[in-house]
Amino acid sequence: MKRAKVAYGGAIHEAYEHPDGLRLADGRVVAEDAVVWLPPFEVGTIIALGLNYADHVKELSKELTVTAKDEPLAFLKGRSSLIGHRAQTRRPEGVAFMHYECELAVVIGRTAKNVKREDAMPYVAGYTVANDYAIRDYLENYYRPNLRVKNRDGGTVLGPWFVDAEDVADPHALSLRTLVNGVVTQQGNTADLISDIPTLIEYLSGFMTLNPGDVILTGTPDGVVNVNVGDEVVTEIDGIGRLVNTIVADATFGR
Amino acid sequence: MHHLKELTMSNIFQMPHGGTVYGTLLNHREALAALGDQVNVAPYKAPPKAPILYIKPRNTWAQSGDAVVVPSDAPELQMGATLGLVIGRVASKVSVADALDHVAGYVVLNDISVPHDSFYRPSMRFKCRDGFCPMGAYVPRAAVANPDALAMTVAIDGVVVQHTQTGGRIRSVAQLLVDVTEFMTLHLGDILSIGVSAHPPLAHAGQSVTITVDGVGKLENTLVSEELV
Repeated sequence: MKRAKVAYGGAIHEAYEHPDGLRLADGRVVAEDAVVWLPPFEVGTIIALGLNYADHVKELSKELTVTAKDEPLAFLKGRSSLIGHRAQTRRPEGVAFMHYECELAVVIGRTAKNVKREDAMPYVAGYTVANDYAIRDYLENYYRPNLRVKNRDGGTVLGPWFVDAEDVADPHALSLRTLVNGVVTQQGNTADLISDIPTLIEYLSGFMTLNPGDVILTGTPDGVVNVNVGDEVVTEIDGIGRLVNTIVADATFGR
Repeated sequence: MHHLKELTMSNIFQMPHGGTVYGTLLNHREALAALGDQVNVAPYKAPPKAPILYIKPRNTWAQSGDAVVVPSDAPELQMGATLGLVIGRVASKVSVADALDHVAGYVVLNDISVPHDSFYRPSMRFKCRDGFCPMGAYVPRAAVANPDALAMTVAIDGVVVQHTQTGGRIRSVAQLLVDVTEFMTLHLGDILSIGVSAHPPLAHAGQSVTITVDGVGKLENTLVSEELV
Protein backbone atom coordinates (compact mmCIF):
# COMPACT_ATOMS: atom_id res chain seq x y z
CA MET A 1 0.00 0.00 0.00
CA LYS A 2 1.07 3.57 -0.70
CA ARG A 3 0.26 6.21 1.88
CA ALA A 4 0.76 9.94 1.87
CA LYS A 5 0.42 12.52 4.61
CA VAL A 6 -1.22 15.72 3.46
CA ALA A 7 -2.70 18.89 4.86
CA TYR A 8 -6.18 19.65 3.56
CA GLY A 9 -9.11 21.63 4.89
CA GLY A 10 -7.37 22.65 8.05
CA ALA A 11 -6.15 19.25 9.19
CA ILE A 12 -3.54 16.62 8.45
CA HIS A 13 -4.73 13.44 6.75
CA GLU A 14 -3.47 10.10 5.64
CA ALA A 15 -4.19 9.77 1.90
CA TYR A 16 -4.07 7.08 -0.77
CA GLU A 17 -3.74 6.84 -4.52
CA HIS A 18 -6.90 7.50 -6.54
CA PRO A 19 -7.47 7.89 -10.31
CA ASP A 20 -8.65 11.49 -9.79
CA GLY A 21 -5.84 12.55 -7.46
CA LEU A 22 -5.84 11.15 -3.99
CA ARG A 23 -8.35 9.84 -1.50
CA LEU A 24 -8.22 11.01 2.08
CA ALA A 25 -8.77 8.51 4.86
CA ASP A 26 -12.13 10.18 5.55
CA GLY A 27 -13.31 9.41 1.99
CA ARG A 28 -12.86 12.76 0.26
CA VAL A 29 -11.21 12.64 -3.15
CA VAL A 30 -9.06 15.68 -3.89
CA ALA A 31 -6.70 16.83 -6.63
CA GLU A 32 -2.97 16.32 -6.18
CA ASP A 33 -2.42 20.08 -6.20
CA ALA A 34 -5.24 20.83 -3.77
CA VAL A 35 -3.28 19.53 -0.80
CA VAL A 36 0.00 20.29 0.91
CA TRP A 37 2.15 17.17 0.83
CA LEU A 38 4.11 16.49 3.98
CA PRO A 39 6.87 13.92 4.54
CA PRO A 40 4.80 10.71 4.46
CA PHE A 41 5.65 9.30 7.90
CA GLU A 42 6.66 10.50 11.38
CA VAL A 43 10.37 11.04 10.80
CA GLY A 44 12.79 10.18 13.58
CA THR A 45 16.56 10.22 13.17
CA ILE A 46 17.64 10.99 9.60
CA ILE A 47 20.77 9.12 8.56
CA ALA A 48 22.28 9.87 5.17
CA LEU A 49 24.97 8.07 3.23
CA GLY A 50 27.66 9.68 1.15
CA LEU A 51 29.61 7.97 -1.59
CA ASN A 52 27.49 4.84 -1.66
CA TYR A 53 27.35 4.30 -5.43
CA ALA A 54 30.58 3.39 -7.18
CA ASP A 55 29.94 5.68 -10.14
CA HIS A 56 29.27 8.69 -7.88
CA VAL A 57 32.53 8.06 -6.00
CA LYS A 58 34.32 8.17 -9.36
CA GLU A 59 32.47 11.35 -10.28
CA LEU A 60 33.70 13.12 -7.15
CA SER A 61 37.12 11.48 -7.00
CA LYS A 62 38.99 14.60 -8.13
CA GLU A 63 37.96 16.51 -5.04
CA LEU A 64 38.17 13.68 -2.54
CA THR A 65 41.09 13.90 -0.17
CA VAL A 66 40.65 10.37 1.06
CA THR A 67 39.68 7.62 -1.33
CA ALA A 68 40.04 4.53 0.83
CA LYS A 69 36.65 3.33 1.88
CA ASP A 70 36.78 1.18 4.96
CA GLU A 71 33.37 1.95 6.40
CA PRO A 72 30.18 3.62 5.16
CA LEU A 73 30.26 7.42 5.15
CA ALA A 74 27.19 8.13 7.28
CA PHE A 75 26.03 11.46 8.62
CA LEU A 76 22.92 12.90 10.23
CA LYS A 77 20.43 15.51 9.15
CA GLY A 78 17.99 17.47 11.32
CA ARG A 79 14.23 17.28 10.98
CA SER A 80 14.07 21.02 10.37
CA SER A 81 15.51 20.38 6.91
CA LEU A 82 12.47 18.29 5.88
CA ILE A 83 9.87 19.21 3.30
CA GLY A 84 7.39 17.18 1.29
CA HIS A 85 6.36 16.68 -2.34
CA ARG A 86 5.67 19.70 -4.57
CA ALA A 87 7.48 22.11 -2.24
CA GLN A 88 10.19 24.71 -2.76
CA THR A 89 13.88 24.68 -1.91
CA ARG A 90 15.92 27.84 -1.67
CA ARG A 91 19.02 28.51 -3.73
CA PRO A 92 20.98 31.30 -2.03
CA GLU A 93 22.15 34.15 -4.22
CA GLY A 94 25.72 33.80 -5.39
CA VAL A 95 26.34 30.08 -4.90
CA ALA A 96 27.97 28.24 -7.80
CA PHE A 97 27.04 24.59 -7.26
CA MET A 98 23.82 23.42 -5.67
CA HIS A 99 22.74 19.92 -6.60
CA TYR A 100 19.98 17.39 -5.94
CA GLU A 101 20.60 13.79 -4.91
CA CYS A 102 17.98 11.18 -5.76
CA GLU A 103 18.03 8.49 -3.07
CA LEU A 104 16.06 5.49 -1.89
CA ALA A 105 14.92 6.23 1.67
CA VAL A 106 14.60 3.17 3.89
CA VAL A 107 12.26 3.58 6.87
CA ILE A 108 12.89 1.50 9.99
CA GLY A 109 9.84 -0.22 11.47
CA ARG A 110 11.20 -2.05 14.52
CA THR A 111 13.77 -1.24 17.16
CA ALA A 112 17.10 -2.53 15.85
CA LYS A 113 20.30 -3.09 17.84
CA ASN A 114 23.16 -5.35 16.80
CA VAL A 115 21.19 -6.78 13.90
CA LYS A 116 23.09 -9.05 11.52
CA ARG A 117 22.72 -8.46 7.82
CA GLU A 118 20.99 -11.78 7.21
CA ASP A 119 18.30 -10.78 9.72
CA ALA A 120 18.05 -7.13 8.71
CA MET A 121 15.30 -6.83 6.10
CA PRO A 122 12.36 -7.49 8.47
CA TYR A 123 13.38 -4.30 10.31
CA VAL A 124 12.42 -2.25 7.25
CA ALA A 125 8.86 -0.85 7.38
CA GLY A 126 8.90 0.70 3.95
CA TYR A 127 10.39 3.10 1.48
CA THR A 128 10.05 6.55 0.05
CA VAL A 129 11.97 8.82 -2.31
CA ALA A 130 14.45 11.36 -0.96
CA ASN A 131 16.06 14.35 -2.58
CA ASP A 132 19.05 15.16 -0.39
CA TYR A 133 20.19 18.60 -1.58
CA ALA A 134 23.76 19.87 -1.15
CA ILE A 135 25.40 23.22 -1.74
CA ARG A 136 29.01 22.41 -2.45
CA ASP A 137 30.17 26.03 -2.10
CA TYR A 138 29.89 25.57 1.66
CA LEU A 139 31.97 22.38 1.93
CA GLU A 140 34.61 22.45 4.62
CA ASN A 141 36.92 19.60 5.53
CA TYR A 142 35.54 19.12 9.03
CA TYR A 143 32.91 16.43 9.56
CA ARG A 144 32.52 16.68 5.82
CA PRO A 145 29.85 16.97 4.44
CA ASN A 146 29.18 19.61 7.08
CA LEU A 147 25.67 20.68 8.02
CA ARG A 148 25.91 24.03 6.26
CA VAL A 149 26.10 22.01 3.02
CA LYS A 150 23.50 19.42 3.89
CA ASN A 151 21.16 20.58 6.62
CA ARG A 152 19.63 23.72 5.19
CA ASP A 153 15.89 24.39 5.49
CA GLY A 154 14.14 22.55 2.68
CA GLY A 155 17.25 20.52 1.95
CA THR A 156 15.70 17.12 2.66
CA VAL A 157 12.72 16.37 0.44
CA LEU A 158 10.76 13.20 1.25
CA GLY A 159 7.75 11.62 -0.45
CA PRO A 160 5.29 11.57 -2.02
CA TRP A 161 4.40 8.08 -0.77
CA PHE A 162 5.36 5.77 2.03
CA VAL A 163 5.40 2.35 0.34
CA ASP A 164 5.08 -0.73 2.54
CA ALA A 165 8.15 -2.97 2.43
CA GLU A 166 6.02 -6.00 1.52
CA ASP A 167 4.99 -4.25 -1.70
CA VAL A 168 8.57 -3.86 -2.92
CA ALA A 169 9.72 -7.19 -4.28
CA ASP A 170 13.42 -6.31 -4.49
CA PRO A 171 14.61 -2.95 -3.14
CA HIS A 172 18.03 -3.69 -4.63
CA ALA A 173 16.73 -3.67 -8.20
CA LEU A 174 15.06 -0.28 -8.48
CA SER A 175 15.86 2.16 -11.25
CA LEU A 176 16.12 5.74 -10.10
CA ARG A 177 16.59 8.98 -11.99
CA THR A 178 16.44 12.75 -11.71
CA LEU A 179 14.88 15.03 -14.28
CA VAL A 180 15.60 18.75 -14.32
CA ASN A 181 12.94 20.60 -16.31
CA GLY A 182 11.99 17.28 -17.92
CA VAL A 183 15.52 16.32 -18.99
CA VAL A 184 17.07 13.23 -17.41
CA THR A 185 20.30 14.28 -15.68
CA GLN A 186 20.91 11.38 -13.31
CA GLN A 187 20.26 7.66 -13.63
CA GLY A 188 21.14 4.66 -11.56
CA ASN A 189 19.91 1.46 -10.00
CA THR A 190 19.88 0.42 -6.36
CA ALA A 191 21.61 -2.79 -7.48
CA ASP A 192 24.78 -0.65 -7.52
CA LEU A 193 24.71 0.37 -3.85
CA ILE A 194 28.17 -0.18 -2.37
CA SER A 195 26.67 -0.87 1.07
CA ASP A 196 23.27 -2.44 0.51
CA ILE A 197 20.33 -2.09 2.90
CA PRO A 198 21.16 -5.08 5.16
CA THR A 199 24.80 -3.98 5.32
CA LEU A 200 23.76 -0.48 6.40
CA ILE A 201 21.37 -1.79 9.05
CA GLU A 202 24.08 -4.10 10.41
CA TYR A 203 26.65 -1.28 10.41
CA LEU A 204 24.43 1.35 12.04
CA SER A 205 22.67 -0.91 14.53
CA GLY A 206 26.10 -2.19 15.54
CA PHE A 207 26.81 1.07 17.37
CA MET A 208 23.40 2.73 17.85
CA THR A 209 19.82 1.68 18.38
CA LEU A 210 17.63 2.37 15.38
CA ASN A 211 14.04 3.19 16.23
CA PRO A 212 10.78 3.07 14.27
CA GLY A 213 10.59 6.14 12.06
CA ASP A 214 14.33 6.45 11.69
CA VAL A 215 15.20 6.72 8.03
CA ILE A 216 18.30 5.84 6.05
CA LEU A 217 18.91 7.85 2.87
CA THR A 218 21.00 5.34 0.98
CA GLY A 219 23.10 7.65 -1.20
CA THR A 220 22.98 8.84 -4.79
CA PRO A 221 24.40 7.63 -8.10
CA ASP A 222 26.42 9.47 -10.72
CA GLY A 223 24.97 12.56 -12.37
CA VAL A 224 24.61 15.43 -9.95
CA VAL A 225 24.41 18.75 -11.80
CA ASN A 226 23.87 22.31 -10.72
CA VAL A 227 20.29 23.53 -10.44
CA ASN A 228 19.09 27.11 -10.81
CA VAL A 229 16.22 29.24 -9.60
CA GLY A 230 13.03 28.24 -11.39
CA ASP A 231 14.13 24.68 -12.14
CA GLU A 232 11.70 21.85 -11.56
CA VAL A 233 13.59 18.91 -10.07
CA VAL A 234 11.92 15.49 -10.19
CA THR A 235 13.56 12.64 -8.32
CA GLU A 236 11.95 9.37 -9.24
CA ILE A 237 12.29 5.71 -8.23
CA ASP A 238 10.37 3.04 -10.12
CA GLY A 239 7.62 1.58 -7.95
CA ILE A 240 8.27 4.02 -5.10
CA GLY A 241 7.33 7.47 -6.34
CA ARG A 242 7.97 10.62 -8.29
CA LEU A 243 8.99 13.48 -6.03
CA VAL A 244 8.70 17.02 -7.39
CA ASN A 245 10.54 20.06 -6.07
CA THR A 246 11.08 23.59 -7.35
CA ILE A 247 14.15 25.76 -6.82
CA VAL A 248 13.37 29.31 -5.63
CA ALA A 249 15.40 32.44 -4.91
CA ASP A 250 16.11 34.40 -1.74
CA ALA A 251 13.39 36.86 -2.81
CA THR A 252 10.72 34.21 -2.11
CA PHE A 253 11.79 34.37 1.51
CA GLY A 254 11.92 38.14 1.68
CA ARG A 255 15.45 38.22 3.05
CA MET B 1 9.57 37.00 28.07
CA HIS B 2 9.21 33.31 28.73
CA HIS B 3 7.22 31.59 26.04
CA LEU B 4 8.42 28.35 27.46
CA LYS B 5 8.34 28.79 31.17
CA GLU B 6 6.84 25.33 31.41
CA LEU B 7 9.51 23.70 29.29
CA THR B 8 11.30 21.20 31.45
CA MET B 9 13.77 18.54 30.57
CA SER B 10 11.16 15.88 31.15
CA ASN B 11 8.81 17.24 28.54
CA ILE B 12 11.66 17.55 26.06
CA PHE B 13 12.11 13.83 26.50
CA GLN B 14 8.41 13.26 26.07
CA MET B 15 8.38 14.85 22.63
CA PRO B 16 8.43 11.64 20.60
CA HIS B 17 10.12 13.23 17.65
CA GLY B 18 10.94 16.45 19.38
CA GLY B 19 13.88 18.75 19.19
CA THR B 20 17.17 18.06 17.52
CA VAL B 21 20.35 18.26 19.60
CA TYR B 22 23.22 19.91 17.72
CA GLY B 23 26.83 19.91 18.81
CA THR B 24 29.38 22.47 17.64
CA LEU B 25 32.86 21.28 16.68
CA LEU B 26 36.03 23.11 17.72
CA ASN B 27 34.31 26.23 19.03
CA HIS B 28 36.56 26.37 22.08
CA ARG B 29 39.64 28.43 21.11
CA GLU B 30 41.90 26.13 23.03
CA ALA B 31 40.42 23.06 21.30
CA LEU B 32 41.12 24.53 17.88
CA ALA B 33 44.58 25.68 18.99
CA ALA B 34 45.35 22.12 20.06
CA LEU B 35 45.21 21.11 16.39
CA GLY B 36 48.03 23.58 15.71
CA ASP B 37 49.22 23.77 12.12
CA GLN B 38 47.29 20.60 11.21
CA VAL B 39 44.36 22.82 10.24
CA ASN B 40 46.36 24.22 7.32
CA VAL B 41 47.35 20.91 5.78
CA ALA B 42 45.44 17.95 4.34
CA PRO B 43 42.85 16.82 4.92
CA TYR B 44 41.62 20.08 6.49
CA LYS B 45 43.58 22.55 4.34
CA ALA B 46 42.14 25.57 6.19
CA PRO B 47 40.74 26.44 9.62
CA PRO B 48 36.95 26.14 9.98
CA LYS B 49 35.06 29.14 8.60
CA ALA B 50 31.37 28.65 9.41
CA PRO B 51 30.20 26.76 12.51
CA ILE B 52 30.75 23.01 12.06
CA LEU B 53 27.77 21.23 13.58
CA TYR B 54 26.87 17.62 14.24
CA ILE B 55 23.81 15.92 15.64
CA LYS B 56 23.37 13.88 18.80
CA PRO B 57 20.37 11.75 17.76
CA ARG B 58 17.57 10.62 20.06
CA ASN B 59 19.18 7.28 20.90
CA THR B 60 21.97 9.24 22.62
CA TRP B 61 19.70 11.24 24.92
CA ALA B 62 19.95 10.49 28.61
CA GLN B 63 19.28 12.24 31.88
CA SER B 64 21.23 12.85 35.03
CA GLY B 65 21.45 9.62 36.98
CA ASP B 66 21.29 7.36 33.93
CA ALA B 67 24.03 4.80 33.50
CA VAL B 68 26.16 5.31 30.39
CA VAL B 69 27.17 2.10 28.70
CA VAL B 70 30.84 1.94 27.75
CA PRO B 71 31.03 -0.06 24.52
CA SER B 72 33.37 -3.03 24.52
CA ASP B 73 35.35 -1.60 21.57
CA ALA B 74 36.11 1.68 23.38
CA PRO B 75 37.47 1.20 26.90
CA GLU B 76 37.76 4.94 27.63
CA LEU B 77 35.35 7.68 26.68
CA GLN B 78 35.78 11.44 26.46
CA MET B 79 33.58 13.40 28.85
CA GLY B 80 32.71 16.50 26.81
CA ALA B 81 31.55 19.16 29.22
CA THR B 82 29.48 21.83 27.56
CA LEU B 83 26.47 24.10 27.82
CA GLY B 84 23.30 23.38 25.83
CA LEU B 85 21.13 26.26 24.65
CA VAL B 86 17.47 25.22 24.70
CA ILE B 87 15.64 27.01 21.93
CA GLY B 88 12.34 28.59 22.96
CA ARG B 89 11.38 30.53 19.83
CA VAL B 90 11.84 29.71 16.17
CA ALA B 91 15.20 31.22 15.25
CA SER B 92 15.93 32.08 11.63
CA LYS B 93 18.60 34.62 10.67
CA VAL B 94 18.66 36.19 14.10
CA SER B 95 20.78 39.21 14.97
CA VAL B 96 23.33 39.50 17.78
CA ALA B 97 20.99 41.89 19.56
CA ASP B 98 17.99 39.54 19.64
CA ALA B 99 19.76 36.16 19.57
CA LEU B 100 19.32 35.43 23.26
CA ASP B 101 15.58 36.15 23.06
CA HIS B 102 15.34 32.83 21.21
CA VAL B 103 16.85 30.88 24.08
CA ALA B 104 14.38 29.52 26.62
CA GLY B 105 17.08 28.27 28.93
CA TYR B 106 20.12 26.11 29.43
CA VAL B 107 21.14 22.57 30.27
CA VAL B 108 24.41 21.04 31.35
CA LEU B 109 25.35 18.64 28.59
CA ASN B 110 27.90 15.84 28.48
CA ASP B 111 28.77 15.33 24.82
CA ILE B 112 30.36 11.92 25.17
CA SER B 113 32.67 10.63 22.43
CA VAL B 114 34.79 7.66 21.66
CA PRO B 115 38.19 9.38 21.32
CA HIS B 116 39.06 10.09 17.70
CA ASP B 117 41.93 12.05 16.18
CA SER B 118 40.50 12.97 12.83
CA PHE B 119 37.69 15.47 12.36
CA TYR B 120 37.64 15.08 8.58
CA ARG B 121 34.69 12.72 8.25
CA PRO B 122 31.41 12.69 10.19
CA SER B 123 31.69 10.85 13.42
CA MET B 124 28.53 8.85 14.03
CA ARG B 125 30.37 5.77 15.25
CA PHE B 126 32.21 7.92 17.80
CA LYS B 127 29.49 10.31 18.94
CA CYS B 128 26.14 8.55 18.41
CA ARG B 129 26.29 5.51 20.69
CA ASP B 130 23.22 4.96 22.85
CA GLY B 131 23.26 7.18 25.93
CA PHE B 132 26.13 9.39 24.73
CA CYS B 133 24.30 12.66 25.37
CA PRO B 134 23.27 13.03 29.00
CA MET B 135 21.58 16.36 29.67
CA GLY B 136 20.79 17.91 33.02
CA ALA B 137 17.78 19.78 34.30
CA TYR B 138 16.53 22.74 32.33
CA VAL B 139 17.24 26.16 33.83
CA PRO B 140 15.34 29.21 32.50
CA ARG B 141 17.37 31.88 30.76
CA ALA B 142 16.57 34.54 33.34
CA ALA B 143 18.41 32.50 35.98
CA VAL B 144 21.73 32.94 34.16
CA ALA B 145 23.20 36.43 33.93
CA ASN B 146 25.90 35.74 31.34
CA PRO B 147 26.07 32.36 29.58
CA ASP B 148 29.50 33.25 28.20
CA ALA B 149 31.12 33.43 31.63
CA LEU B 150 30.21 30.30 33.56
CA ALA B 151 32.74 28.09 35.29
CA MET B 152 32.49 24.39 34.37
CA THR B 153 34.13 21.45 36.08
CA VAL B 154 34.34 17.75 35.39
CA ALA B 155 34.81 15.47 38.38
CA ILE B 156 35.52 11.76 38.14
CA ASP B 157 34.77 9.75 41.26
CA GLY B 158 34.49 13.01 43.14
CA VAL B 159 37.88 14.42 42.08
CA VAL B 160 37.81 17.47 39.84
CA VAL B 161 39.92 16.64 36.79
CA GLN B 162 38.99 19.57 34.58
CA HIS B 163 38.43 23.25 35.35
CA THR B 164 37.05 25.03 32.32
CA GLN B 165 34.43 27.61 31.43
CA THR B 166 31.79 28.53 28.87
CA GLY B 167 33.87 31.48 27.70
CA GLY B 168 36.92 31.34 25.48
CA ARG B 169 34.73 30.40 22.54
CA ILE B 170 35.44 31.40 18.97
CA ARG B 171 31.74 32.23 18.79
CA SER B 172 29.96 33.47 21.88
CA VAL B 173 26.44 32.21 22.55
CA ALA B 174 24.86 35.10 20.63
CA GLN B 175 27.31 34.93 17.73
CA LEU B 176 26.87 31.17 17.43
CA LEU B 177 23.10 31.61 17.18
CA VAL B 178 23.60 34.27 14.50
CA ASP B 179 25.95 32.15 12.41
CA VAL B 180 23.96 28.92 12.74
CA THR B 181 20.56 30.46 12.03
CA GLU B 182 22.01 32.17 8.97
CA PHE B 183 21.90 28.77 7.24
CA MET B 184 19.33 26.72 9.15
CA THR B 185 16.34 27.37 11.36
CA LEU B 186 16.36 26.29 14.98
CA HIS B 187 13.01 25.28 16.43
CA LEU B 188 11.39 25.18 19.82
CA GLY B 189 12.91 22.34 21.80
CA ASP B 190 16.08 22.13 19.72
CA ILE B 191 19.27 22.22 21.75
CA LEU B 192 22.50 23.74 20.44
CA SER B 193 25.70 23.14 22.37
CA ILE B 194 28.40 25.79 22.51
CA GLY B 195 31.01 23.10 21.90
CA VAL B 196 33.10 20.88 24.11
CA SER B 197 36.01 22.39 26.00
CA ALA B 198 39.54 21.38 24.98
CA HIS B 199 41.11 18.21 26.35
CA PRO B 200 37.97 16.41 27.54
CA PRO B 201 38.91 14.03 30.34
CA LEU B 202 38.66 10.28 29.84
CA ALA B 203 36.61 7.97 31.99
CA HIS B 204 36.07 4.24 32.04
CA ALA B 205 33.47 1.75 33.24
CA GLY B 206 32.90 1.81 36.98
CA GLN B 207 33.58 5.52 37.33
CA SER B 208 31.07 8.23 38.07
CA VAL B 209 31.24 11.55 36.27
CA THR B 210 29.87 14.86 37.50
CA ILE B 211 29.77 17.91 35.29
CA THR B 212 28.93 21.18 36.99
CA VAL B 213 28.17 24.46 35.29
CA ASP B 214 27.93 27.35 37.72
CA GLY B 215 24.38 28.64 37.91
CA VAL B 216 23.01 25.93 35.63
CA GLY B 217 23.48 22.79 37.63
CA LYS B 218 24.98 19.37 37.90
CA LEU B 219 24.88 16.32 35.69
CA GLU B 220 25.88 13.00 37.21
CA ASN B 221 26.24 9.73 35.37
CA THR B 222 27.93 6.44 36.07
CA LEU B 223 29.75 4.50 33.40
CA VAL B 224 29.03 0.80 33.15
CA SER B 225 30.67 -1.86 31.03
CA GLU B 226 28.72 -3.19 28.06
CA GLU B 227 29.44 -6.71 29.25
CA LEU B 228 27.51 -6.03 32.45
CA VAL B 229 24.38 -4.74 30.69
